[in-house]
This record gives sequence, structure tokens and C-alpha cells, in this order.
Amino acid sequence: MFGPLDKYAAPERFYLLCKSMGPWLSAISLLLFLVGLYGGLVYAPSDYQQGDSFRIIYVHVPSAWMSMFVYVVMAVSGAMGLIWKVKISDAIARSCAPLGAAFTFLALATGSIWGKPMWGTWWVWDARLTSELILLFLYFGYMALQAAIEDRRMAARAGAILALAGLINIPIIHYSVEWWSTLHQGPTVSKMDAPSIHTSMLIPLLIMFLAFKLYFFAVLCMRARCEIIEQEKNSRWVKQLARGGVDS
Amino acid sequence: MMEQLNEFVHMGGYASYVWSAFGLSVVILMAGFYLPMQKEKSILQKIRKNLERMERSK
Repeated sequence: MFGPLDKYAAPERFYLLCKSMGPWLSAISLLLFLVGLYGGLVYAPSDYQQGDSFRIIYVHVPSAWMSMFVYVVMAVSGAMGLIWKVKISDAIARSCAPLGAAFTFLALATGSIWGKPMWGTWWVWDARLTSELILLFLYFGYMALQAAIEDRRMAARAGAILALAGLINIPIIHYSVEWWSTLHQGPTVSKMDAPSIHTSMLIPLLIMFLAFKLYFFAVLCMRARCEIIEQEKNSRWVKQLARGGVDS
Repeated sequence: MMEQLNEFVHMGGYASYVWSAFGLSVVILMAGFYLPMQKEKSILQKIRKNLERMERSK
């Protein structure tokens, strides 16, 4: 069904693919994190309005972007599992949830830490913050559903439906700052024709964004491996792997 | 040199906010990386123990 990618849809092949990709993704991501942190904390000049507090943008915005990106990956792979019964899709969807929850929590927490000195409050119940909080609850709901349903196929199916229904929240989060009045500042980067941010501030942000993205794929590989061996624990290759014998 | 370092740590008066945001991020990202590594080991160990038990009971 996926042409040349078909062979990777077999759980064992996918496991091995993850195993070989993981270390590379981790290493490149670590490198990008180091460069991005230097860029964000040292190289970028301080903001003329917000002083050095604006540097929180370098962890806040990438985690917020990732919180939505991971959700879309989770919903789409869940749908693929639902429609085409691809086993690895279920494993990918399940692996996304805790990671997405971590990014969402980080976005909320760093946003709150940024909000205190800039807005004078840790939290407001405005559309952007509330819809992001709902995203966190969607991830928690998905994880609770996986934990509650014993049968893995049933759990994956129920989770995929929940994830698809919750997909409506993503455009709401994205456009919330335009649709409703809010304390939250408008988009900084996505106006690509004229980003309202100087290049010396933008470049570290893009590097951090790449670092977060590669980190996500690195950890996704590690989590998917766990899901797959759990799912395939009765197959010969997993038994062999567990015995510490041939693992390739 | 020391002055520059002091200034860097001070973050224009926003030190507690900036460093707690970055610190929290580092802790969470590192935990997110470490936990699945441990998880895979423990799953494989559990499977191996099950296999050994089954072989002994044969």
C-alpha cells in the first residue's frame, strides 16, 4: 500500500528502522539544542520592550508548536490504524501521547513563567491559554483510555476516534489570538512575508524549533520500539530479542 | 570576564523567570528521553523472565 515503504510497515522492520535512526536523530538534536541555546541565551540581543525575559520564547514557542504538531501526528496515524489496520500506526499514535502531553505542559508552564513579569499574572482564562489547556486534557484523556482498555486493538481504535474528534481544537488554538481579544501576543513568525522579529532573534528560534522536532522523532523512535515489542511479545523475533540473542 | 558572566546570569533582572523556564524545559526533555530507554529494558526483561518460567515448567 505504501509502495517501497511497505516493508517498513512490518513491525520487525519498523523496530529495526527506529533502532538505527534513533541515535542519529538524538545526536543531531542535541547538537542543535546546544547551538540554539547559545543563540537564544547569548547571541540574540535583548528585546527593546521585554528585555531579557523575551528569551523564554526559545523554549515556549517551540514547545507550543510541537504540542500541536504531535497531536496532528497522533490523530493522523491513529486514523491510518483505524482505516488500513496498519499495526505500526497504532504504535506510533500511542507513542505520541505522552510526548505531546510533555510539550503541552512545557508550553503552558513556560508561558506562565513568561506571563508573570510581562502581564503581571501567571494565568488568564483567555482563548489561547484555555484551548491549550484543553489540548493537555485531550492527551491525558487519550492516555487514560489506553490504560483503561485491556485489548490493545480496541484501545487503539477508541483512542484514534478520540484523537480525531479532538482535532477540532488545533485550529482553535492556532487562530485563538486572532478570533478573540487576549493578553497573548499575536503570531511572531508565521507571517512569513514580514515576520515581526529580527533575524538575529529569529535564527536561534528556528534552530530551537528544529532541535525540538528532531528530539520528538528521536523519542518517538524509542517509544515506538517499546510499543512494538509489547504488541509483538509473542512473536519469534521479540522472544529472540528478549533472550539477548540475535537482535538483527 | 566576571562582569560579563554576572550580567549573563542576571538576565537584565529576569533571572528567576528565564532560568526557571529553561531549567524546567531541560529537566522535562531529559526525563522524556531517559524514561523510554529504561522502559524498553524492563519490557524485554519481563518477556525474558516469562520465557524462562515457561521453559522451567515444561
